Amino acid sequence: MTKKQNSLTSNLYIFIVMAFMYLPILVMIAYSFNNSKSRGAWSGFTTKWYADLIQNESILSALLNTLIVAVISSVIATLLGTAAAVGIQAMKKRSRDLIMNFTYLPVMSPEIVMGVSLMLLFVMFKVDFSLFTVIVAHITFNVPYVILSVLPKLRQMDKYLFEAALDLGCTPLQAFTKVMLPEIMPGIITGFLIAFTFSLDDFNISYFVSGERAQTLPVLIYSMTRKRVSPEINALSAIIFVVVLAVLILTNLNDIRRENQLQKGGRRG
Amino acid sequence: MKARIAAAPYLLWAALFIVVPMGLVGYYALTDMNGGFTLDNFVQGMRFAPVIGSSVWLAIIATALCLAIAYPLAYLISRKSANTQRTLVLLVMLPMWMNFLLRTYAWMTLLENNGVINRLLGMIGLGPYEMINTQGAVVLGMVYNYLPFMILPLYSVMTKIEPSLIEAATDLGCSPGETLRQVVLPLSLPGIATGITMVFVPSVSTFVISVMLGGGSFMLIGDLIEMQFLGNAYNPNLGAALSLVLMVILLVCMALTDMFHNPEEKEGLLL
Repeated sequence: MTKKQNSLTSNLYIFIVMAFMYLPILVMIAYSFNNSKSRGAWSGFTTKWYADLIQNESILSALLNTLIVAVISSVIATLLGTAAAVGIQAMKKRSRDLIMNFTYLPVMSPEIVMGVSLMLLFVMFKVDFSLFTVIVAHITFNVPYVILSVLPKLRQMDKYLFEAALDLGCTPLQAFTKVMLPEIMPGIITGFLIAFTFSLDDFNISYFVSGERAQTLPVLIYSMTRKRVSPEINALSAIIFVVVLAVLILTNLNDIRRENQLQKGGRRG
Repeated sequence: MKARIAAAPYLLWAALFIVVPMGLVGYYALTDMNGGFTLDNFVQGMRFAPVIGSSVWLAIIATALCLAIAYPLAYLISRKSANTQRTLVLLVMLPMWMNFLLRTYAWMTLLENNGVINRLLGMIGLGPYEMINTQGAVVLGMVYNYLPFMILPLYSVMTKIEPSLIEAATDLGCSPGETLRQVVLPLSLPGIATGITMVFVPSVSTFVISVMLGGGSFMLIGDLIEMQFLGNAYNPNLGAALSLVLMVILLVCMALTDMFHNPEEKEGLLL
């Protein structure tokens, strides 16, 4: 095979896999404008499902629940996780390994088992399912991701920097906020973003601890898919797809701009 | 150093919400409804051995298919220019950000008896085919949902393989096949191991894809567990026992794949 043919086959392969990943989503977006309730038939263009969606109170309240849970749980998880990473880094190897092992437990164990185990806990101690139980569950599965994104930054940091700050008269708190925090900030932000998006997206765990009243959007979507054909789901998917696309493009453009600036700065210096 | 104290709130949290709940699962699994010790839940669980077996089998097929599709793709992406790589990785990640329920719902639209695919086939005089509510549909749902989990870790190890290394292998007389086997494959083993775990774990424990695309006509272990806690078969003791069985299956799977890599490497691969 010549080089040209080679790159043609490789591009074709990439194209086919991408088509596999995107066609279902595109079909769904197309059907969000379909006048008919039936999923198969096409009977004219409409935007009524979008109007229905905006007026659907259970969807709006589930969306609100999802956002409340995501904000509160990711902020608390970031605080807990960052503090934990600082503490774990300062430990001796043996206790560090022990703690890291059970930190991996929620990351590696199936979500259904975690959902079930938390459900048992709440039932056992007679805690009614509410936004509170959902938030507790989300913090629990999010903290490990924060720890895992902050720890590498701590490991990369020059450990004498912190001591130097103390020698130069900083209180431990000052040394932390002025020296350590700026160094590990990228890890903290990554951890926060992971926690936030996982929380927005979670179904498997929320399903077991949300009960009737504290449904998050994914839990509501699941009950919608169970009951009947609801074209609002298509409209909702289309909106989510566009929002995600916009966020990804914006953050990526930002990254590229920053890189370009860095390169320019490097040349000047 | 006193910094160790900073981990205390997390340790307390983890004890309360990770360790105690896991202990409860163990406790429920080993007791009956009145709290007396029993192994009966596991004996009952054995009745569902075929379900457990087919869950594992479908998850293995889905994982193998993901690996087969993702491996060439990740390699091809990693040989592109930096900007193309960035765009393609973004394209791989984008569907992941849509909730998997919505993505699975999209396949319901496509696969139904009077769904999009059957209508298109009908136009050229084929079908209709019974596609939804089959095992094939469930496997398809797993592959579709978890494919990015396989592509990304593979890509992140392959992008670190220097092109010069592959050129050197070629210069030294390796055929493309030998280069793949002796250079690329050994270097990508950690990515394969991570990818396998990240696809197998959610596949074997799903209780949604089987309901949505399998139509509830056959069950997976996840459905069994869900039914014991939230369904009409309410029996948390049996559910807990089944959860433990699921955990053991996964521990075995992880022990098998963990031979390839150490935990320090996992951190970067999750992103």
